[in-house]
Amino acid sequence: MTAWTTQELIAVSASRLLADDKVVFAGVGMPLVASVLAKRLHAPNLTIVLEGGIVGPRIRPGQLPVSTNEMRCAPDAAMLTDITDIFLLAQRGYYDYGFLGTAQVDQFGNINTSFIGHPDAPKVRLPGTGGANDIATSCNEVFIVTTHERRRFVETVDFVTSPGWLGGGDQRREAGLPLGGPSTVLTDLARFTFDPQSRRMVLTGLQPGVDVDTVQDNTGFEVICGEISELEPPKDRELSVVRAIDPDRAFTG
Amino acid sequence: MTVATGPAPGQESLGIEKVMTAGRAIETLVADGAHLAVGGCLYSRTPMALLMEVLRQRRTGLTLSRSLACYEAEMFLAVGAADTVETAWMGFGGRWGMASVMRERVEAGTATFNEYSHLGIAMRYRAGAMGVPFLPMRSMLGSDLVDRTDVTEMTCPITGERLIAVPAVQPDVALIHAHRGDAYGNVQIDGYLHMDFDIARAAKHVIVSVEDVIDHAEIMRHPDRTVIPHFAVDAVVPATHGSYPHELYGVHDANMDHFDDYAERVRRDGTAGVVAYVDEMVHGMADHAAFLDTFTVSEVDRSHDIVKDLL
Repeated sequence: MTAWTTQELIAVSASRLLADDKVVFAGVGMPLVASVLAKRLHAPNLTIVLEGGIVGPRIRPGQLPVSTNEMRCAPDAAMLTDITDIFLLAQRGYYDYGFLGTAQVDQFGNINTSFIGHPDAPKVRLPGTGGANDIATSCNEVFIVTTHERRRFVETVDFVTSPGWLGGGDQRREAGLPLGGPSTVLTDLARFTFDPQSRRMVLTGLQPGVDVDTVQDNTGFEVICGEISELEPPKDRELSVVRAIDPDRAFTG
Repeated sequence: MTVATGPAPGQESLGIEKVMTAGRAIETLVADGAHLAVGGCLYSRTPMALLMEVLRQRRTGLTLSRSLACYEAEMFLAVGAADTVETAWMGFGGRWGMASVMRERVEAGTATFNEYSHLGIAMRYRAGAMGVPFLPMRSMLGSDLVDRTDVTEMTCPITGERLIAVPAVQPDVALIHAHRGDAYGNVQIDGYLHMDFDIARAAKHVIVSVEDVIDHAEIMRHPDRTVIPHFAVDAVVPATHGSYPHELYGVHDANMDHFDDYAERVRRDGTAGVVAYVDEMVHGMADHAAFLDTFTVSEVDRSHDIVKDLL
């Protein structure tokens, strides 16, 4: 068995969420690694869309982009357009999947990437939403993917940058958001899904060698357990492709 | 500025020729306190020659808006040229990290970062470009961003749905770098357009720097490539490598070694490091050509090689 890094584990687990013939709105970093991996393994007809106006590129192994607005995003693209068009296509409902990272996430999948502390006198002013709010609003299914730390998984986020299920139940629909909502939270420790009624996060998967107590210790709210399965460890084939995609471990180290 | 001479039959002119230096364009079109819409996105097709000229002329009280802001906004904040940035995201990313000067100034309350969703910024420009007071969208609904910007929730008059009304913005000046344009201001951009289609239409004045000033006859051969019409443009500034050290689609990569140097200065000296960078690279240089001369030929050539690998 090959050992893997935390980010490799997350990338491999995330890639398995992506089915063939779908459209994924991928941010740079881990979401793009996961999407390229899926395309090379089980989802060759997956269409990758990047925020910088790029539809359907074939990202070159060893040439991962650092931003969504650069030429490394564009090899063999089917269309180059503008940022506005990319987000209007999202609002129109064309994107099956979106990925979100987070500084803070609560039990309803609401995400904060704006402020730590009170917004009027923030302890930390974070870089902001970028396209995250738009992805959270308009992608048909949203995956929250992050390293699992207690400071990230909080009872209440300091600020809702990107809406998940808001206060739970029907609140998302009532707020005027007809599409999407987070379906899965994937970390280096666990997988959560959301209860279809309460919309609260439910633990349904554990990464290899992780137990429920470890997940609870690293989570700032009470972990509710559903039917839990052990997630399959990364296969050698998956790891070798990840390492070909990101040989310098710029995003998977 | 020269007025084109009278047209020969079949050779009608499109009016005033607008080719001028960056110095002249900024001097005549950018006032203190102006709202500048910055073209490109992050480190792609940033109008660096124009932005550095604004800094060189020591404008103050500016508002910068951009789709995603990179370190150019940090330079404006650090030297006190701008006090407000409107964007969806401000930072650098990758190994270069966050915009620490922005953090410092916003956390101290001496600068304002108006954060819209990325589609929110786009709709602000597009509404301005369309000449309507607002556009509706679904982004930002249910988020706390609504309370911290001038967007407002509305009820759709047709369906009764909840929507966000995004107010139009018509910036005082748009600064854009493009691949080519003629003397009248017909401008062509290759590759992704970022938000430049809209900011060129929304802004009250438009300054476009171009890699190449081409004959109008060449524009006429490929008019489908023109994305900004001449009547929207006030100044055409010849500027080869006008976005360098940021990338230009199809022409050259960003100079990431330069980014490393810049980021190291910021890590070491914070705001003072950025001020020193501006002193050296902007005020210490007569113009953008002098700034470009600080890079070695092989460094610049290397940035062109990626195009062969990728496109």
